Amino acid sequence: MNYQFNWQLVLKGEYADWIVKGLVVTLKISAVSIVLALLMGTVVAVLRMTRIRPLQWLSLAYTEFFRNTPLLVQLFFWYFGCNVILPEAVNKWLYAHDYEFASGVIGLTVYTSAFIAEEIRAGIFSIPRNQIEASRAVGLSFVQAYRYVILPQAFRIIIPPLISQFLNLIKNSSLVMTIGVADLTYMARQVESYTFHGFEAFTVSTLLYLGISLIVSFAITMYNKHFMLQVKY
Amino acid sequence: MAMIEVNGLQKWYGEFHVLKGITEEVNKGEVLVICGPSGSGKSTFIRCINRLEEYQSGTIRFDGKDIHDRDVNVNSLRAEIGIVFQQFNLYPHLTVLKNVTLAPIKVKGMPKNEAEEVALGLLERVGITDQAHKYPVELSGGQQQRVAIARALAVRPKVMLFDEPTSALDPEMINEVLNVMKDLAREGMTMLCVTHEMGFAREVSDRVVFMDGGEVVEEAPPDEFFKNPRHERTKAFLKEIL
Ligand SMILES: Nc1ncnc2c1ncn2[C@@H]1O[C@H](COP(=O)(O)OP(=O)(O)OP(=O)(O)O)[C@@H](O)[C@H]1O
Ligand SMILES: [Mg+2]
Repeated sequence: MNYQFNWQLVLKGEYADWIVKGLVVTLKISAVSIVLALLMGTVVAVLRMTRIRPLQWLSLAYTEFFRNTPLLVQLFFWYFGCNVILPEAVNKWLYAHDYEFASGVIGLTVYTSAFIAEEIRAGIFSIPRNQIEASRAVGLSFVQAYRYVILPQAFRIIIPPLISQFLNLIKNSSLVMTIGVADLTYMARQVESYTFHGFEAFTVSTLLYLGISLIVSFAITMYNKHFMLQVKY
Repeated sequence: MAMIEVNGLQKWYGEFHVLKGITEEVNKGEVLVICGPSGSGKSTFIRCINRLEEYQSGTIRFDGKDIHDRDVNVNSLRAEIGIVFQQFNLYPHLTVLKNVTLAPIKVKGMPKNEAEEVALGLLERVGITDQAHKYPVELSGGQQQRVAIARALAVRPKVMLFDEPTSALDPEMINEVLNVMKDLAREGMTMLCVTHEMGFAREVSDRVVFMDGGEVVEEAPPDEFFKNPRHERTKAFLKEIL
């Protein structure tokens, strides 16, 4: 083996800057997508709890469709497929405003929200029926009852599975390089093709992914522990 | 005009005929006690009044208006008809104070500080003064049920429904809840109480309604009801619970 390791190359200087830039994009796209996926997942889950059949079907179709098709194909669809049906003006605007990033966010959000919706539904089912009844009985609307009574209780129960959905999203975000988003993986690949030091570049990016995951998981767990101490039940 | 007029109320659960034509009037300030054997439809009946249950035939009027009228908003209706459940059903993730202020703030649009003032007043009225910042699990059953009463009162309902409010309680806590209900009755609240607390019925009710098999079998002012029950089923029931 006559490969010369050169860690300095990826830890300092221009190539390190590239990696950091990629890291920032990964953090950004993950954070935006997590927030949106949580919102979208909540809406999709709650739609299924209404008594309105078409809304239930819509929610069911959404979760089944997006959970059971590959994320990569979905990303390609949003990026390469969607523009043909959008008006020219919208396309122009999108291309001028980081279309890659937007497609990546939509892809990650939609895909992950389908999984999150299922977790939230499981959480809702574990809340006793008398809670929705006690909320509606004082005059809260369906939406208010979910917002102030049911969901806050449901979320507390599903923190662990939610964390793993967030971590999945962060890991899945590496796929957005295929549609040209300059994320951590994209930049590591870039460093590799300029320097032929793929081992170092991908080791560093792997460790960075690991670091993000551990920090996110730790932070939410601590937050949750703190919460649980306050709320005794 | 009666505050609540129930006319020929019928309900089925699938094939099962739960309510077989209930007709009943409740005037403002009246206190009704509804009793009867398990499964006779007492809960189902009172839950129809605030539309927690749907029914298939008959009408219920509240303040002269059919509760299924097109321009009746179900949420406003429920704010006018409070209910207290057997199992308290407090919101476990909220403090006692927030349990009480949630509906006034969200349903009535009351400012937060005003809602808290009202809530503290109600908590005092039900005898829970220094527990406002505790969570429901930290309270005894009797205390939880009194908070549940305060929560129901917080939106200023015109009628209060009680569904066996003391049957999930340890015996030594029953009276603290009954006393709150008695005060409420004496202050002129219109009440429909499903309960087997006959002492309560004697003391504050205007009428006792006996249900069996989805029907009102007999009803009378408490003195008469307990002294001279006319139907065999009523006699059998009274023998069992007294
Ligand atoms: N959701 C439901 N589906 C089917 N049957 C029901 C349902 N809810 C109640 N029932 C039945 O309807 C009947 C009346 O129930 P209800 O709860 O009104 O009785 P109750 O008089 O309040 O009895 P209890 O004293 O036990 O509370 C019972 O036989 C019960 O099994
Ligand atoms: Mg009952």
